[in-house]
Amino acid sequence: MPLSASPVILPPIANPVRAAFGPSRDDTVVVNIGPSHPATHGTVQIIAELDGEKVLRTDVHCGYLHRGFEKECEDHTWHNLIPYVDRLNYCSALINNFAYCDGVEQLMGIEITPRTRYLRTLLSEYSRLADHLTCVAASLMELGAMTAFLYLVTVRDYMYEHLAALTGARVTYSYGRIGGLAADVPDGWFKRLAEILREYEQYAERVHGLVDRNRIFIDRLRNVGTISTADALHWGFTGPVLRSTGARRDLRKDTPYLAYAELDFDVPVGIFGDNYDRYYVRMREMDESVYMIRQLMDMIPEGPINVDDRRCVFPEKHLVYSEIESLINHFKLVMEGPAVPAGDAYVAHEGANGELGFYIVSTGEGVPYKVHVRSPSFVHMGGAHRMLDGYQLADIVTSFGSINMIGGECDR
Amino acid sequence: MVTVPVSAPIFAQLEQTLVGQTLPGHRGTADVGEDAPAPAPLSAASPIRSLGVQRGVLVLELLPEALLTLVRRLRDTFGFDLFLDVTAVDWLGQTPRFEVVYHFYAMAHHVRVRLKVRVEEATPEVETLTSLYGSAGYMERECHDMYGIVFRGNADLRPILLYEGFVGHPLRKDYPKQQEQPLVPYRPPQSALVR
Repeated sequence: MPLSASPVILPPIANPVRAAFGPSRDDTVVVNIGPSHPATHGTVQIIAELDGEKVLRTDVHCGYLHRGFEKECEDHTWHNLIPYVDRLNYCSALINNFAYCDGVEQLMGIEITPRTRYLRTLLSEYSRLADHLTCVAASLMELGAMTAFLYLVTVRDYMYEHLAALTGARVTYSYGRIGGLAADVPDGWFKRLAEILREYEQYAERVHGLVDRNRIFIDRLRNVGTISTADALHWGFTGPVLRSTGARRDLRKDTPYLAYAELDFDVPVGIFGDNYDRYYVRMREMDESVYMIRQLMDMIPEGPINVDDRRCVFPEKHLVYSEIESLINHFKLVMEGPAVPAGDAYVAHEGANGELGFYIVSTGEGVPYKVHVRSPSFVHMGGAHRMLDGYQLADIVTSFGSINMIGGECDR
Repeated sequence: MVTVPVSAPIFAQLEQTLVGQTLPGHRGTADVGEDAPAPAPLSAASPIRSLGVQRGVLVLELLPEALLTLVRRLRDTFGFDLFLDVTAVDWLGQTPRFEVVYHFYAMAHHVRVRLKVRVEEATPEVETLTSLYGSAGYMERECHDMYGIVFRGNADLRPILLYEGFVGHPLRKDYPKQQEQPLVPYRPPQSALVR
């Protein structure tokens, strides 16, 4: 059919976003930054009114990565969600795993085994290290510090390979299980862990040397994106952003979960709440994570990793093939899902970027009635304009980078 | 592993002053559970009821009218300075149908409070908290997107995770999961290869 025979006239495509404002004066312009901008790591649209290079006000708009996570959760068994929660935050997927599993375990009244408790703590800290490495590396790269980026990402790649040896995947691990973990640690894993931590220290030292007192770096970050403690609380900020303002809020200290109560660590805080403080708080937190991992390596006891609870833990494979009870148990867990007692729970873990909360509602079935994620990135986006307004256009990149917004978790 | 209520005294104080009621035996335990007797419905005379401390979180149930006053007292008198989360649960088939769930955190005491407000399907409205917490703005927009809860007084309820022109509220239980709302209409195959 020749194209001229029936011209296809398409209806005009509606703009999916309505800006909150237009130009307020004759000499200002309103520009779109994003949703797909090479200098922002995260699919977010910032509609900004500019007076020259100065940002007057911004309207931050997210949702471009929305894929119906919460709706999808209501259609899968409690176990089948675990790969989904991984994909919320691909920088520290294990923290998501463990927070979700913790929530379901609380509803079921399960106490995980000591070995799993310590392993989860260790892996949470390891994930935090990877997440902060990504954030700091990307923020530095956006300022042109390519060497520092490569140093940090080198360590992160060692860690990804190392985690792949444990979980079978580099980024999205699906390693947590309700009532335990997918598998125990392979031989030689801790030996390599100790090596990687030493590598981290060498590379982190180089990065400190390259940027900490670097004039260009300080000029770009000091007194930029400043936010006060009161403001940060008002806008719901948590995690390193809140701590950079001087507020010592860390769930690992305040309401200890997993094995954090037994660990010795500091909560680094900033003074000014600007981008430089956020950089430094993250660097210091990584040191604390390494310190915690080293303590945990000596603390992990021998023993089983899964609880002995037929409601949620899968039977051994060789038993599934040899005895009828285990076969039925396996079948019921796959087809119907674990029966989680009716009720609701809000479980919050200290994610790498803030409070990661799961609000879980069960009606007693094998499928959740509701799974809601309180994602730090989403809440941070709600207050991000406080860190962008009044600064230069080029500062949007650094301020936005210092929040470390993760699209998957923000938009769900 | 269960978060221990570090400051049970503040919970007791909260229950006493806000609700005028104590639930002996419930405090400090991890679970109130489902075995609690069904309480009388909330009324204008007693708009707030405590459901006790559940897994380290004090749970209060209240009428929509009492929300703004209670939250203001929580913030100003009891130091709940962090508004963490608002979402809703769609109890399809029950009346009132929607349950709006709020979570607050007190920095000084390290404790959490959960508020549950039931709203009718016909008028799913609660007061906005944007006058008290800035963080309410975005989270209320999301809740409005997903459940159609109207936050009275929030001037900016534009879609945030969804897009302009999206019909319906996807997290409602009667919204089919498979429903498609393409922004760009599907085109019939025009290519000679397809034909």
